[in-house]
Amino acid sequence: MQGVLLGCFYAAVSIGLSVAFGLLDVPHIAHPAFVVLGSYGTWLVAGRYGWDPLVSGLALTPVFFVIGVLVYRFYYETFEKRGTDTGVRGLAFFFGVAFIIEVGLIIGFGVDQRLVDAPYIGKSLELGEELRVPMRMLVAFGTALALTVLLGLYLSRTFMGRAIKAVAQDEPALRLMGANPVRVKQWAFGIATAVAAVAGALLIIVGPVEPSMDRVYIGRTFCVVVLAGLGSMSGTLVAGLILGISESIVLTLLGASWAPAVSFGLLLLVLGVRPQGLFGR
Amino acid sequence: MTGRRHYGFWIAAAVAVALAATAALTLRNEYYFFAGYIVLQFVILASAWNILGGYCGYVNFGTGAFFGVGAYTAVLLIKSLEAPLPVQIAAAALVGGALGLGTGMLTLRLRGIFFSIATVAVAIILQTVVINWRYLGGATGVQILKPAPLAPFDNYVKMLFVIAVVLAVAAVAIARYIETSWLGRGLRAIRDNEEAAECTGVPTLKLKLIACAVSGALMSAAGAPLAMYQSFVEPASAFDLNYSVSALAMPIIGGTAHWIGPVIGAVLLGTVQQLVQVNISSEYNVMVVGVLLVVFVVGAPEGITGLAQKLWRRFGR
Repeated sequence: MQGVLLGCFYAAVSIGLSVAFGLLDVPHIAHPAFVVLGSYGTWLVAGRYGWDPLVSGLALTPVFFVIGVLVYRFYYETFEKRGTDTGVRGLAFFFGVAFIIEVGLIIGFGVDQRLVDAPYIGKSLELGEELRVPMRMLVAFGTALALTVLLGLYLSRTFMGRAIKAVAQDEPALRLMGANPVRVKQWAFGIATAVAAVAGALLIIVGPVEPSMDRVYIGRTFCVVVLAGLGSMSGTLVAGLILGISESIVLTLLGASWAPAVSFGLLLLVLGVRPQGLFGR
Repeated sequence: MTGRRHYGFWIAAAVAVALAATAALTLRNEYYFFAGYIVLQFVILASAWNILGGYCGYVNFGTGAFFGVGAYTAVLLIKSLEAPLPVQIAAAALVGGALGLGTGMLTLRLRGIFFSIATVAVAIILQTVVINWRYLGGATGVQILKPAPLAPFDNYVKMLFVIAVVLAVAAVAIARYIETSWLGRGLRAIRDNEEAAECTGVPTLKLKLIACAVSGALMSAAGAPLAMYQSFVEPASAFDLNYSVSALAMPIIGGTAHWIGPVIGAVLLGTVQQLVQVNISSEYNVMVVGVLLVVFVVGAPEGITGLAQKLWRRFGR
């Protein structure tokens, strides 16, 4: 049960990466750092205006959308256009960005953990004698589910969503048909980053947040995205569930100190055995 | 590559070792050796990273893992056998080489980014294993007693400094050998176009595995003396992400195409880091690395050596 809730939450954190890396092929290892940035943004907004953290996270999405568009534009101009995005440089760039965000947060906020307050945090729902579900997990679960389903629908039903999928499938073809693939990708990357803001709000609802948290989530998000098969939205949900359940099993059997190794171990396993993932193209 | 240039390199290397040894025997201030050791450690890590990252184009984010494995191999040997330092370094190199080979076999068939993520994975998994390994001190770390320094050194840090010089020279020599031999040509072919290389008969997987193992062995060898240097090892500092970032930033800043690039990057960045750490704070110290990395990747992808070459072509003649 815990695993299912956790799994949906992981899917929500990973779904932005699923778009950026899975569909757009951008080696976006700074994604978890953006999620943590979203958490701190949520903490700031929620603290200043006294809003619900979820509302604060939603309020941040336009800002993050713009940041995402700018980051992609910059990435495109400096790397993709010159054809130097493959291999070392693109990766080093995003690694550097992630590092700057992390250290910037440490300098700005210190290494202390931050948390938010909301009426549903700290309460739990009792389902029978033994089974108690913390409300914060339920809120995260509901939002995560909604987010994943909405993004999946957006990509399959709307014009822009289909354009994003088209750009992932065959970019030269899109160009030949007179569309501008760069603008589509820019839009998609903006959405991926905007989703990271909501994921950040969920992250700080689920538990306290500290700047170096993005490291563990590099493993979790990439594990989910690779396990799902690059770019598959429904796969992301399933893969998130698999990770969440296996993590909570390890947690109860071996203890909390082994938890970070689960996602990375699973990732190595998937890479070694079935690199195209469960629902791979 | 003519014979004369080989002589030049080896003479310079011998002079460097001799200078370091005389300095260690005559100079008094311990701090310079303390700081110098760190810079040398980064020369080794940067050169090792460049063998795979620079020549071959496969980005290793897990330098910290190899470094930490080296340090903990040394700890294990000290605790169980009280093995001397050279044995520790050799054993660490072996373990690191095996680790590199293993990681490579698992992921080098895939696209580059999967290798990079797998190295992050290896780093976190190994750190978790060490944290849960009681015998090695777990999360709190383990205390190591420094033995008496061997003659002719009067101080252990100075002795480690000279050992680091020797290791650094060895690392640079290995990197240089790989760069100028058939290995380097093959690796460059892989970096520029892996499919074309495979088609023209370059044994890509074999070359990548060799590069991965050599690079890993050197990184672990660099980590082995850490136990003695700090006389205290804990997982968080031995597997520190800063090693990974620095080992990647230094070659990129110095220039990845030539063996001197990582050396320039490591000496420059290592010294700046020491200055910032002493004068400002350790957070800004890592910030400097991150910002410089992004600035160079965007603005001067060929690094300092590339910039120097450009200037030379324009104004030198």
